[in-house]
Amino acid sequence: MPNAETAIQLDHVSRQYTMGGATIQAVNDVSLAVARNEFLALLGSSGSGKSTLLNLIAGLDRPTSGSITAQGLNLAELTSIELARYRCNTIGMIFQSFNLLPRMTLEENIELPLRLAEVDREERPGRVREALERVRLTHRLGHRPTELSGGEQQRVAIARALVNRPKILLADEPTGNLDSATGEAILSLLHEVQRQMGMTIVMVTHERPLAERYADRLTIMGDGKLLSASESAREAAR
Amino acid sequence: MKPRDLSDLAFRNLREAILRNTLTTLGVAVGVASLVAMLSLGVGLQELASKRLSQSGLFDTIFVTPKNNFRGMGRPQREVQSDKPPRTLDEDARQAIEKLPNVIEVYPQVRFFTEVRFNNKPFATVVAGMPESSRNSGSFDGMQGNFFSSPTANEAILQIEFAKDLSDKPASLIGQDLVLRYAERQALPANDDSSSPSGEPSGGFSVVPKELRLKIVGIVETEPAAGYGGYGNARLLMPLSTASTLRAAQVNDLRDIVRDNSANKTTYPSLSVRAKSPSHVETLEASIKSMGFAAFSLLDASKSLRTFFSVFDLLLGIFGSLALAVATLGIVNTLVMAILERRREIGVLKALGAADSDVQQLFFVEAGVMGLFGGFLGVLFGWLLGRAITFGTNVYLKRQNLNPIELSSVPWWLVIAAIAFAILVSLAAGLYPASRAAKLNPVDALRYE
Repeated sequence: MPNAETAIQLDHVSRQYTMGGATIQAVNDVSLAVARNEFLALLGSSGSGKSTLLNLIAGLDRPTSGSITAQGLNLAELTSIELARYRCNTIGMIFQSFNLLPRMTLEENIELPLRLAEVDREERPGRVREALERVRLTHRLGHRPTELSGGEQQRVAIARALVNRPKILLADEPTGNLDSATGEAILSLLHEVQRQMGMTIVMVTHERPLAERYADRLTIMGDGKLLSASESAREAAR
Repeated sequence: MKPRDLSDLAFRNLREAILRNTLTTLGVAVGVASLVAMLSLGVGLQELASKRLSQSGLFDTIFVTPKNNFRGMGRPQREVQSDKPPRTLDEDARQAIEKLPNVIEVYPQVRFFTEVRFNNKPFATVVAGMPESSRNSGSFDGMQGNFFSSPTANEAILQIEFAKDLSDKPASLIGQDLVLRYAERQALPANDDSSSPSGEPSGGFSVVPKELRLKIVGIVETEPAAGYGGYGNARLLMPLSTASTLRAAQVNDLRDIVRDNSANKTTYPSLSVRAKSPSHVETLEASIKSMGFAAFSLLDASKSLRTFFSVFDLLLGIFGSLALAVATLGIVNTLVMAILERRREIGVLKALGAADSDVQQLFFVEAGVMGLFGGFLGVLFGWLLGRAITFGTNVYLKRQNLNPIELSSVPWWLVIAAIAFAILVSLAAGLYPASRAAKLNPVDALRYE
């Protein structure tokens, strides 16, 4: 059972797909607890099920069995509208391919979650500026994503994920499309934001050295299962 | 999402694929235009027919006769059974009818057979007096020449067929004189002959042939306010006041003598009562009947006309809607394509917290906006099309030496109904794409390249 210090609790979570008649076990009986304000890195090779697990925690997908509790909410009990509200107010997501809307300016991209959360129009410019200040991109407010470098785009994505002040930040391979220096800068930024805002981060990555440097804890997945008992990043680094 | 944010996003999305969305909107516009053009022609024709009929004076006019009027040989006098005694249609009665609500005017029908001499040739015809009010009733719109210069002028307007009898070039008649030969009624002193069964003196009149020179001032296509009572259409029109002063012998004069009416007392064979609008005709007709007169109007014919045009408009509307049906397929196609293109965007929106209903409403609003703009443009195109058809028709009519007509009409109800219909149809077209977009699995959508 999750306690007050647990931000995310997964109990025997499984997710299987049927594709072309074959059943694929993407996540297989995973139990995991993530503490409040913890930075957890989920490591594993491609197809190990880590992104599927992240989508389940994000409420974008529902498990075939098992239960997920996040910030005290049992996701299985939520309706699709409540799940949308959960994604809007409790969760922030960043992706490997940034997923900024190319037709919108940075300001409009960052404002999007505020629109969905029905935040007052008068309040929005301040919130957008605050989020951009955190990622140090206020000077690019009116630019479009295509006018930015990969690292800058990911910083905008982080600003967009933070603008609704979520309790949990889910990052799916945030450095996957970046060179190592930029990747490191992004993780450094995430680490800094986590300390400033006090949030739980679950990051999927296959870059172990970076994860060891910035995450509080590492968990490795393979074939849909947790392969190792969670180890602290410090232990892992040794 | 709040409605304003929803519409902001919808407009932004539409602007992004401006060419495709404009083409789709134009498709809707063409559909609406065809609908509007068809219906505007239907409405225009209906208005034209109604106008012509109202100009004829038949639909806002009640024809009043004495109840015991001549009904033809051998016809029973059913009025006798009425509990109201028959009243004489005299000046008192005319004034009483004029005081009824919603009556514009009451004037006697002065209408008599006579002979006209033109270039020393005789022509038999029916003469009718026209009240001064008919000058502005639209009855004489498009006539050749002018209306009477004054209510008492010795002037004549000829019906075109009669004008053709007088001359091969009817237009050349305007300005020329003709001579009206008529029988004037002159009263005789009261007769105190005791042979009268009632023992009362009975009057009488003598008939004296007279002539009056009239100047032809105009030629009209059809006779406005065609008469009743077996006189047929008048082919020579003259001011009512002038016609009245002639005291030309009319059919009721003989009847008046038989009924022992004094020849000096003005009685009328019939009166024309003009109502403010055809809607008042029914009530007025009943009121006049209750006063002890016979009254007749063509209201039922007007109702049949409305029924005919309702069916006509319906058929035109169905044909016009076919183009709009094709346009709706365009909307479905555009929005389905948009789903494919914006699949990843939909995934992002859902990941950021958009509910299925938000995505559905977004596509709905986009469809509605296309319908709204398509509706506006369509009404404009439809109106222009109607104008073009009217213009073309009038060019043709002019070549045929006919008067121009207003063939199409776009009333406000048609504008509002067409735009509302376009929005409604577009929303219906957006139903399937919007529901498909809303059901999109966000995980699949985010993976989509």
